[in-house]
Amino acid sequence: MSEAQIECRDLWKVYGRRSDEAMRAVLSEGLSKEEVRDRFNCVLGVRDASFSVKKGEIFCIMGLSGSGKSTLVRHVNRLIEPTAGEIHVAGQRVDTMNEAGLRQLRAKTIGMVFQHMALWPHRTLGDNVGFGLEVRGVSANQRREASVRALEAMDLGGWIDHYPDQLSGGMQQRVGLARALAADPEILLMDEPFSALDPLIRRQLQDQFLNLSAQMDKTTLFITHDLDEAIRMGDHIAIMNDGEIVQIGTPEEIVTNPKDGYVAEFVKGISRVALVRAETIMDRLDGREVTAKQVGLGAELGDIIEHFMEDQSPVTVMSPDGPPVGQITIKAALTALRG
Amino acid sequence: MDIWNIFDTEWVPIGGWVETALQWVVTHFRFIFQAIKVPFDIVLTGLEDGLTQAPDLLILLLIVLVAWQAGGRRLGLISLACMTGIGLMGAWEESMTTLSIVLTCVVFCSLIGIPLGVVAAKNDRFWMVLQPVLDLMQTIPSFVYLVPIVMLFSIGNVSGVIVTFIYALPPVVRLTNLGIRQVREDMVEAARAFGASNRQTLFKVELPLAMPTIMAGVNQTIMMALSMVVVSSMISVTGLGQMVLRGIGRLDMGLATVGGLGIVFLAIVIDRTSQSFGISARERGHRKWYETGPAGAVRALIKKD
Repeated sequence: MSEAQIECRDLWKVYGRRSDEAMRAVLSEGLSKEEVRDRFNCVLGVRDASFSVKKGEIFCIMGLSGSGKSTLVRHVNRLIEPTAGEIHVAGQRVDTMNEAGLRQLRAKTIGMVFQHMALWPHRTLGDNVGFGLEVRGVSANQRREASVRALEAMDLGGWIDHYPDQLSGGMQQRVGLARALAADPEILLMDEPFSALDPLIRRQLQDQFLNLSAQMDKTTLFITHDLDEAIRMGDHIAIMNDGEIVQIGTPEEIVTNPKDGYVAEFVKGISRVALVRAETIMDRLDGREVTAKQVGLGAELGDIIEHFMEDQSPVTVMSPDGPPVGQITIKAALTALRG
Repeated sequence: MDIWNIFDTEWVPIGGWVETALQWVVTHFRFIFQAIKVPFDIVLTGLEDGLTQAPDLLILLLIVLVAWQAGGRRLGLISLACMTGIGLMGAWEESMTTLSIVLTCVVFCSLIGIPLGVVAAKNDRFWMVLQPVLDLMQTIPSFVYLVPIVMLFSIGNVSGVIVTFIYALPPVVRLTNLGIRQVREDMVEAARAFGASNRQTLFKVELPLAMPTIMAGVNQTIMMALSMVVVSSMISVTGLGQMVLRGIGRLDMGLATVGGLGIVFLAIVIDRTSQSFGISARERGHRKWYETGPAGAVRALIKKD
């Protein structure tokens, strides 16, 4: 708990006029989404979601549209009111917070980036970026300073007096990021920030964000519908389906050990070359012969395959402190590659 | 009684009831309606005195400058032509009276209509109640409420403003409501996500983004106010409408034509100018208002020195 920057416990969101009633019925009778809809005319947005995000980590929430991932993330700054459950952010309890405290939290502690940028077209970039400070009553000079700093970090220093519609899509989303970072918040909520961009720009922005994130030690909740992106960005990934979190794990865990058919279906087309490590696929050495081909525990599947180019004899896996611990046959490597 | 012609008898004497009710209101509550007149009276008298007593050419210059500022040089020239035409026809005095009535009406319609529209956009139930009221205000032929208005407010220019106000209020309410509802949801959500209160969200995000639509509503209100000019002259409102009415009454085709043309010219100037106010800065290429038009010209001159 002490280390977790964002923690949600048993979070539920039921939409509809009879949401409380529906909620009680769901808890006591375990109704399905369809039953809730038919009996109470309510929609289950989030169903019993629990997760925690450590300080400095990028936590991806992956799911298709309608899976409730956007709804879930909006509970963190309470743009959406939870029906039940607890939300803790940066040591504060959010679900019971009053309006004034909530505004402080949103303006200071949490920055948010939106899928369609949501930059205000009638404000200059400077005024867009400085908005969070403006509503807190920070003076114009300080606001401008912060805006300049945030825009410069995004390589947009010279654009401060321009308007959003004078920028390309990729630049606009960099402004969106600058706006989220202007108040130097501890936490970033990113709601499919790069989905609306073309692939090349998306890739650039992903890299830029990863660099930035490594430098700045922000805790990030990152939503995406693209598993490749989730694997690239995330330290941990939560997979959502129909309002429920199906599985939480590191990218490797998700890919090598999908919990159910739904996750497996997603993971199918993902390349394992850079994801699966020797440790996961090796057999215990158990007295077998140590070969000349040796790799470490953390070696990636791609490197291991390199060793089978010349001959097909097994590869030995060495522990960090010396002794060999396991071996990988060509069969095991190919099986891991196929998934 | 002839059963086959039962409708020869007036079974529901609604006319009588209304008359009795109105009489009762007039005898007991006339002072309330007289009090309502006061703010309308103050604004109207101020505007009318200013417009009619100032030198004609000064007002002409002012109108042309405002039009130029709002809509560019072309609109400035059009306004110059229209207003000069009115002046040369000998309808200047009357057109100033009409202009002051229209402007007073716009002031009150905006003052009351825009807040109403904002509340309606935020509150679905209120909007459901308001909608039929607005429909009623727009569909009842204005002749119908001329009589009760005269009884409650008496005749004259101020009553004319009130009649016009009732008729011209709906569009600004409707379009404000529409404009606020049309603001992209993620724009509002972003404002909230960065800690804005409801009030800040309204003034910093929703109203500015809805402004082109709201200004279209104000423009509609102005046009409806102008279209009431002739009707309201029946309760002895002076101005261009009265010229037309007198022309009809005396079969004086010349007088009616002058009044009619005056209304058309005035309408062109007001319509184009108010429409230009509604064009957002984005569509003008992000130039501030003071960088264009006469203000821009003056600024350029000052900067050169």
